[in-house]
Amino acid sequence: MRPGHGPNKVPARAHLLLLGLLSIGPARAESLVVSLSFNRLAVTSTYTGTSVAVFGAVERDGQAAARSGGYDVVVTIRGPRQSLTVREKEALGPVWVNRAQQKFAEVPSFLAVLSSRALPDLADEATRRRLRLGLSAIVAAPDLTLAAPVPDDPFREALLRLRRRERLFTETASGVRFLAPTVFRATAPLPATAPVGAYDVEVVLLAGGVPLARHEARFDLVKSGIEQGLADAARDWSLAYGLAVGALALISGWLASVIFRRD
Amino acid sequence: MQIYLPIAEMPVSVLVLIGLGAAVGFISGLFGIGGGFLMTPILIVMGIPPAVAVATQTAPIVASSTTSVLAALRRNALDLRLGLVLVLGGFAGTSLGVWFFAAMRRAGQLDLVITVAYVTLFTVVGGLMLTESVRGFWASRHGRARPARLGGDHAAYMAWPLRVRFPRSRLYASVIPILGLALFVGFAGAVLGIGGGFILVPALLYLMRVPTSVVVGTSQFQILCTSFVALVLHATQNQAVDVVLAVILIVGGVFGAQFGARAGRNLRSEYFRFLLAILVLAVGLRFAVELGLRPAEPFSIVVQEAR
Repeated sequence: MRPGHGPNKVPARAHLLLLGLLSIGPARAESLVVSLSFNRLAVTSTYTGTSVAVFGAVERDGQAAARSGGYDVVVTIRGPRQSLTVREKEALGPVWVNRAQQKFAEVPSFLAVLSSRALPDLADEATRRRLRLGLSAIVAAPDLTLAAPVPDDPFREALLRLRRRERLFTETASGVRFLAPTVFRATAPLPATAPVGAYDVEVVLLAGGVPLARHEARFDLVKSGIEQGLADAARDWSLAYGLAVGALALISGWLASVIFRRD
Repeated sequence: MQIYLPIAEMPVSVLVLIGLGAAVGFISGLFGIGGGFLMTPILIVMGIPPAVAVATQTAPIVASSTTSVLAALRRNALDLRLGLVLVLGGFAGTSLGVWFFAAMRRAGQLDLVITVAYVTLFTVVGGLMLTESVRGFWASRHGRARPARLGGDHAAYMAWPLRVRFPRSRLYASVIPILGLALFVGFAGAVLGIGGGFILVPALLYLMRVPTSVVVGTSQFQILCTSFVALVLHATQNQAVDVVLAVILIVGGVFGAQFGARAGRNLRSEYFRFLLAILVLAVGLRFAVELGLRPAEPFSIVVQEAR
């Protein structure tokens, strides 16, 4: 469903768009109200992944005219950052060996980009790159690695390809649905392989290819109960934990020899 | 039924894992080996981080070798003195292996080292065992008994200095080759996440001429001690031991091993050696193929640290 059409005054609209672009707070015509389906989710022993819903509404101040083309929304969910190395195998004689490599300093372990329509339709490439809208724009960002950015970097492409295959990076062109002209909802599945930690949710509002407002929220995926206790023990009392697992293994072996004793 | 692993931070299917553990346990019970060399690659393929897979696999090895050692003790089939010498060498090898593991991981060549090690070790050991068992088949087919081992038929390295008597193994040999063997097995075990029974058993049999009756018990004793130390080291150094995964693997492995051991008693020893040789060779060839073929995906991602 698209937002409604209405009378609009072209010069005023251009002026408002410029303000939105420069992100000057008080004079903004539109702002976003965003709520998540949860802010903290406990990962229990039966956890097999979940999904997070993002609800949002566009608030317009009095003078703002309705947008002729309607609104577009892009929701980007970023998982905890990790530093990683991408390596490439090359033939060295008869065997295949890791040769070239590139380090990436701050890569989200999980990325979901949801938009109200296909990204190329809602903003031009320069805007998408600048605002980091879409997986390719995020992966192509210069701050991802210390190496100087080169076009069609095979390591960045490999990072994107491998993570997409693992369903840790996803892009859904129809992931944001407008329930009413100014009310939208987006639902992103979180696979069980998405790590625990802090997740950033960034919501960007656009109209006619121009960004109007931006809102950030976050939620936490935390281990709970026994899982958290075991993880804490493994980290804080590692020697006792190791000895306990060893004792457990010894006792299991002894029990088996008693149960299955044949003489 | 899915359960979430607290250290590996991923859910796994309990039934699938218990089934796999039982299958590997069956094979390990059948052949009297740890089975780590089968289970560790399976865990990695399932998506469990390699560090967690290698570290946690030590727990079921401890459990199964405890059972074997207790059984050997009851049958008086354990040479404690030889076992202690092996443990000594094994500890040195394990520490060396852990250090080498870390160095290769830093250099980004851990995959290569593990693959090359699997290929050479498994094809060589498997090939030797296969030759040996085929020769045995051939001899029995032609009605000739295999030449019995002669008392004085000892290799030259047995006469090196520092000779020690191992009465239980009817062995009077230098400790240097024994320590060297244990060092090598401990090293390979730490690098490959295996107990090393499949190397130690044939080496004790063929190279050291230890009687068959004490070989399995003694090698299991060495594996129990080194695996226990490796387990505690992995827990303190890497915090990579997942207790939930360990329990699942132990449960599957313990039951599988009992049925395997039962099946093993109905297996003639020539077939037994032949099948074990085929198994070891097959694992080696599988890694050789991986090393030589153009990979479908030449790129790989390694996560250094999460923050």
